Amino acid sequence: MPSEKIAPPLWQRNLLFAVVCLAGVGAVVSNLLKSDTMAAPKHQASRYEKPVFRTTVDWVDEEFAAEWKKTGLEPAERADDLTLIRRLSLGLTGTIPSLQEIRALETQPEDERVQWWLSHLFEDRRTSDYLAERFARAYVGVENGPFLIYRRRRFVSWLADEFEANRPYDKIVSSLITAEGLWTTNPEVNFVTVTVDQNEDKKGPDEVKLAARVTRAFLGVRIDCVQCHDDHLGDEWLQKDFHQLASFFGKADMAISGIRETGKPYEFKYRRQREPLEVPTIVPFQPELLPERGRPRQRLARWVTHSENRAFARATVNRVWALMFGRPLVEPVDEIPLEETPENPYPPGLEILADDFIIHKFNLQRLIRVIAATRAFGLDSKMPAGRTPPTLEHDQHWAAFPLSRLRPEQVAGSIIQSASLTAINADSHILFRLNRSIQQGEFIKRYGDIGEDEFYIQGGTIPQRLLMMNGSLVHERIKNDLVANAASRILATAPNDAKVVEATYLAVLSRRPSAEEADYFVRALSQKGFLDRKAKQADLYWALINSTEFSWNH
Amino acid sequence: MNSSSNPCNSNSHITRRTMLQATATGLGGLAWLTPVAHLLGRAQEKASAHAPAKSVIMLWMAGGPSQLETFDPHAGKTIAGDTHAINTSVKGVQFAHGLPHVAEVMHELTLVRSMVSKEGDHERATYNVKTGYRPDPTLVHPSIGAVVCHELPDAEMDIPRHISILPGQWPARGGYLGAQYDAFKVYNTNGRAGNITARVQPKRLDNRLAALKQVEQSFARGRRADLDAKTTLHNATIQKALRMMSSEQLNAFDITQAPAKTRAGFGDTQFGRGCLAAIQLIGAGVRCVEVTLNGWDTHANNHESHVSQNAILDPAFAALIRELRARKLLDQTIVICAGEFGRTPKTNPASGRDHWPTGFSMALAGGGFRAGHVHGATDPTGAKLEANDKDSIRVADIHTTIQHSLGINHAKELMTPILRPMALSDGRVIKTLLK
Repeated sequence: MPSEKIAPPLWQRNLLFAVVCLAGVGAVVSNLLKSDTMAAPKHQASRYEKPVFRTTVDWVDEEFAAEWKKTGLEPAERADDLTLIRRLSLGLTGTIPSLQEIRALETQPEDERVQWWLSHLFEDRRTSDYLAERFARAYVGVENGPFLIYRRRRFVSWLADEFEANRPYDKIVSSLITAEGLWTTNPEVNFVTVTVDQNEDKKGPDEVKLAARVTRAFLGVRIDCVQCHDDHLGDEWLQKDFHQLASFFGKADMAISGIRETGKPYEFKYRRQREPLEVPTIVPFQPELLPERGRPRQRLARWVTHSENRAFARATVNRVWALMFGRPLVEPVDEIPLEETPENPYPPGLEILADDFIIHKFNLQRLIRVIAATRAFGLDSKMPAGRTPPTLEHDQHWAAFPLSRLRPEQVAGSIIQSASLTAINADSHILFRLNRSIQQGEFIKRYGDIGEDEFYIQGGTIPQRLLMMNGSLVHERIKNDLVANAASRILATAPNDAKVVEATYLAVLSRRPSAEEADYFVRALSQKGFLDRKAKQADLYWALINSTEFSWNH
Repeated sequence: MNSSSNPCNSNSHITRRTMLQATATGLGGLAWLTPVAHLLGRAQEKASAHAPAKSVIMLWMAGGPSQLETFDPHAGKTIAGDTHAINTSVKGVQFAHGLPHVAEVMHELTLVRSMVSKEGDHERATYNVKTGYRPDPTLVHPSIGAVVCHELPDAEMDIPRHISILPGQWPARGGYLGAQYDAFKVYNTNGRAGNITARVQPKRLDNRLAALKQVEQSFARGRRADLDAKTTLHNATIQKALRMMSSEQLNAFDITQAPAKTRAGFGDTQFGRGCLAAIQLIGAGVRCVEVTLNGWDTHANNHESHVSQNAILDPAFAALIRELRARKLLDQTIVICAGEFGRTPKTNPASGRDHWPTGFSMALAGGGFRAGHVHGATDPTGAKLEANDKDSIRVADIHTTIQHSLGINHAKELMTPILRPMALSDGRVIKTLLK
């Protein structure tokens, strides 16, 4: 697979050594010269001539450290590896690690586990499938869209193929913007056909919807707010900015052979005009990056993905960060200012990660690896004994890992995964897969899918708790069933009760029990009472699955 | 081009970012839920003369019924096809022939025949009619039931105050008020709401809850003391769920207690049973019940489909009005029977009618709404109504009028999670619809 594999340990250690030496020399030199030279611009691409992974991570860490110093916040400590791999699995595959995978991880050297886990996930189709679904929400929404001419599943599966091959992200986005042909044979065309409104008089893709998607999903700017009128309350955009951008999609047309570049130019009637007039194709910022020649959508794609159009890199960094943390660096996820100001500076890390993403040719897997290696991602969401618990301020400045409620499909995926000792992935038996998707679909409906509102932090609801306490999915997955359920298998195969409790905790919460918990549940299992051991084991599963810890990313 | 996508309600793109700074530290958890009310509040409309209504029943006609085959027949005209009209209990007012029972209670209804909206897509139009706002990519507006629950808090109820029976594809939502204002969905009418019965005996449930407490203690260590109360609501919600599971108010879901004769009046259908359950729930103190009847999207064979749809709606709607009246609940309950839009006056080649947001009907009853009143008319030749025609009523106006009738100040602004203040509704009170 063309993903970025982990370098051999020896090579890595040599490299690390080189970086440490270089950093040391750099520090000395910069101290010597400090008095009489101007400080270098903060975000200069030339700083990244060498693709040194660790350096990028260090720079991000430095910015966060400065932020914490400035705000007077003492960050949390590093979380343990199992906590980190749970975060990664939830963010990238929508489910928790299996017991078998945890065992495999624990045979790896301690300092390599997180990156090893990422290599493992990148080779697993679940990752590309899940990432594709999450990105697709921003590209085409969650609904089924226009009948016949829109195939969402095909679109998502095409996107998953692209992610699996780790195709450069700028190339993927270009394919979407310039897509031509049939929605069946060229699945990327669905990005365009989803906007066709079959009830309107105009037959063809909707330029306005496309322009809104492009600016929000790819550039993290919300120009669509001025589509109806100039905003006199001080927004930076004018109405014409939006319609001139929409005009790039004007010629995209629907024909028997699919989407073609044969339509009429885009026309719009501004308020002061009598008749709709043809709108020129002009980009709202950095016009120098727009190629002069070419078909309109190709020119637009070149402009959007241009390495100097930093909005593109920032928007992607922000979205990937949000997938991994459950919360974007800049909120909302699709609105990032084009310029930072002293009053409204960019959050730590954003510019460095954007630079790294550009320099490394929009490599999504590398971006994920860099973020996973930062200190901010590795922080615990709680404080050790003796320290004051993290405050909302800690969460806000990333001085502790922020809690976020799991999405419905993550909860469903986790329940089903916790009932299996091995990873349930695309290779699993067809019956398992079928079982998983049907149960999952029903569960998600009841739990309440939040659709495109991706990153709202909300508390839990009563229907969710009823579903978890009394619903059939949990009931089926915890009951005594030696063939289907891990609960029974653990009970049947673990050498003693302490191991039963440990394996159950690992399978459900991806951690070992505290001494107190182990004590409580080992005693509960061995005590004589009105329940047999199988029932007690089901009850242990029930308690773990119904905990806050299970339903939240932490 | 299609200018109906991504509308943008004008106010305050500027306030958002500025306010983001001002309130950034308070953004955690659910802090934004506090109504930072009354910003820029217009003077409250003069309170309606009699006691305000307290609750809402929404009969949701999913798919969009044809006004011509229900409340606005135009019999004898080309656009009617072969639909003929029947008299109602109000002189001079006629319905299409499929609704004889509802025709008998027309004297209790306010009928609006001049509804106008800009949304011709099912999802967008459903959003529009349920919330009073057009879809906005930056935030989700709350449905009428969520607004009512938020604005009219009341004595502790064990069961949810906002319920959707037989929910369709887009049930009522809490939107920016939070998921706790979402309608509680009931997928059957067998008397038991889903998942409210524990799978195990009480003694064993106690064991499970004790075990859960152990795990929760462990998670709470090293975290904020108010994490559950302010952010996750996890254990707080479990307590509420447990209270609901053992509440006597659950009996309101069970319609088998009603006399057989009463039940029969609603028709032997899921929808009919849902309507009776709605009455019992309102009687028990629930604020808003939505009951959905699917199947109105008649792009083919419009007339035949409306015969079968009306056969379900007719007895249920009529019995609902009669039973609310008999139980003395009609004056305090606003009933709305509506779909997301109407259907085209012209039939298509498949003998169907397509989507028609420019001139459709909505029936209302109870609360402060007039009895036996008809508002507006559509063109007998099938021309579109325009939003600025004299008698046209926009969807937002209906919401504002309903809120007014409930004693809610519709101009009150709530702070949304994107820190943009938003009025509860932005229409006009249509005084002529009210007593």
